[in-house]
Amino acid sequence: MSLSLTVTGLTKHFRGLRALEDVSFTVPAGKIVALIGPNGAGKTTCFNLIAGVFPPDTGRVHLAKRDVTGLRPDQLCTAGVGRTFQIVKPFAGLSVLENVLVGALHRERRVAAAREKAAEMLALLGLDPQAHRLAGSLTLPDRKRLEVAKALATQPKILLLDEVMAGLRPTETDAMVATLIGLNRSTGITILLIEHVMRAVMALAEQVIVLDQGRKLAEGTPEQVTQDPRVIETYLGHDLPEGAGA
Amino acid sequence: MLTQDLFEGVTPRGKMLFTAGLGALLLLPEVADSYLISILTLIFWFAYVGQAWNVMMGFAGQLSLGHALYVGLGGYGAAALYMHLGLGPWVGMLVVVPVCALVGMAIGWLGFRFGVRGVHFALLTIACAEFTRVAFDHITALGGSGGLFLPVVGGRGDDLLMLRGSPQLYYYVMLVLALLALALCRIVTRTRLGYFWLALRENPDAAAALGIPLLRVKLLAVGLSAGMTAVGGVFYAFYYNNLFPDQVFAMGRSIEILLGPIVGGIGTVFGPVLGAMILTPLGEGASLLLEALGITLPGTKQVIYGLMLVLIICFRPAGIWPWLAVKAGLVVPPGETDLREKGEAE
Repeated sequence: MSLSLTVTGLTKHFRGLRALEDVSFTVPAGKIVALIGPNGAGKTTCFNLIAGVFPPDTGRVHLAKRDVTGLRPDQLCTAGVGRTFQIVKPFAGLSVLENVLVGALHRERRVAAAREKAAEMLALLGLDPQAHRLAGSLTLPDRKRLEVAKALATQPKILLLDEVMAGLRPTETDAMVATLIGLNRSTGITILLIEHVMRAVMALAEQVIVLDQGRKLAEGTPEQVTQDPRVIETYLGHDLPEGAGA
Repeated sequence: MLTQDLFEGVTPRGKMLFTAGLGALLLLPEVADSYLISILTLIFWFAYVGQAWNVMMGFAGQLSLGHALYVGLGGYGAAALYMHLGLGPWVGMLVVVPVCALVGMAIGWLGFRFGVRGVHFALLTIACAEFTRVAFDHITALGGSGGLFLPVVGGRGDDLLMLRGSPQLYYYVMLVLALLALALCRIVTRTRLGYFWLALRENPDAAAALGIPLLRVKLLAVGLSAGMTAVGGVFYAFYYNNLFPDQVFAMGRSIEILLGPIVGGIGTVFGPVLGAMILTPLGEGASLLLEALGITLPGTKQVIYGLMLVLIICFRPAGIWPWLAVKAGLVVPPGETDLREKGEAE
């Protein structure tokens, strides 16, 4: 159930604004990798290029050996990419369960079976008490959880998580971390996450990629990266955030 | 089993009221005069066509302001087949419905393929309806701007196959069509495709990320909506026995079609029905009243519809049905579905 992701020479400009410049990295199958960096570093652009929201100017995206550059988002979902949005996009007028049901229907054609699958996902993310509320009425942390549940319901082989811990309390962060690690262990799902919460990055990631101003600044284990003077200079600052120095 | 699915989420009171209302409508022609029957037929027609429009806008979130196009094409198509080839309206539908569905999908494809979205797509639908209206003004084989008239064959009793007969016949046919559309929409919203439409309506980007092929799903919505509307057009032609491009393809007709669902509740299955039940009598009642007072004010109906629209947008932007249904205890309020079901099971 896992898939490796390789991006090579990924470049994207928006009307002269350099969003991403020649970025290459590999997320090995079954690993959890974090993408960090200051605001505007190009992290979300990178996700959008991988997930097919827009094509790169140059560069390729490979899932295992398959070239998926330029495919549409729905085709990438079929290829096994699940993603969440940093600015959450719930189907506000549908119930929480129906939101996840839509995702589950991607691979399960029967509505009743997909509904069961969706209920499982809600239980996994701790959203089952809210199952029948309208998604538009959820709090932000719950909307973040809903994003994850929706993406997981499509049964991805690689999961792209865009700041799903933002706004969660430390205990909630730990719960989410535990859920993701459990998922990774049990299904072997590959995870690439954009995250500012260093507590989560340190607990989850086996490898960290640091972006700055559209370029790759550093790459390595969490320990290596957090001690890299360039990373400290541009992103972490000299006072390490909570958990980063552990 | 099927009725259970159809009435899912409807309270016992709602079911009772629906059954009683339907029973009354079935018996009504026995006692009602032809005027009342014609008004109710009109209500059924708008409920039906509103339902068709609602598939596209209410479920899939694609705004069409040109649904008169499919009314006109359906009507003219079936009338032409009847007059030139002697084919009855039901056989005609077998031709006209797929054609209209394809026309709708072609317009949809042109729009969606080139990224025409939202308001601009709506403008495209207006343009297509208007082009077609102008074109039909000049098709002399179909009467041109002078209109196309179906032969009225009187005195031979009701002929369901050829859709010729008394007002009662049209009343029942349109009632059945409206009920079928209601059931169809109720069923389709609970299918995989139906959920994909709702997801598309709520957020296209998120829908795509969940693997929904947006173009295909949109085209299916337009196709179904256009095909359903074409049936309404066929009925129109055989009911009124005359077709004028300036009437069937008119922008005003497109607007009238979508007022019902907006007033009743966009995206709800019963909204278009309720909307038609409110608007049509309102418009007709106003005309009657003015007539009785001896005042001639053209456009009164439009003014009243406009006022109604303003009131709805101000006070019940989601439409009357979602609010009324919960207030009157006709449906289980959203969010409580599961609890009630569990309660019943125990």
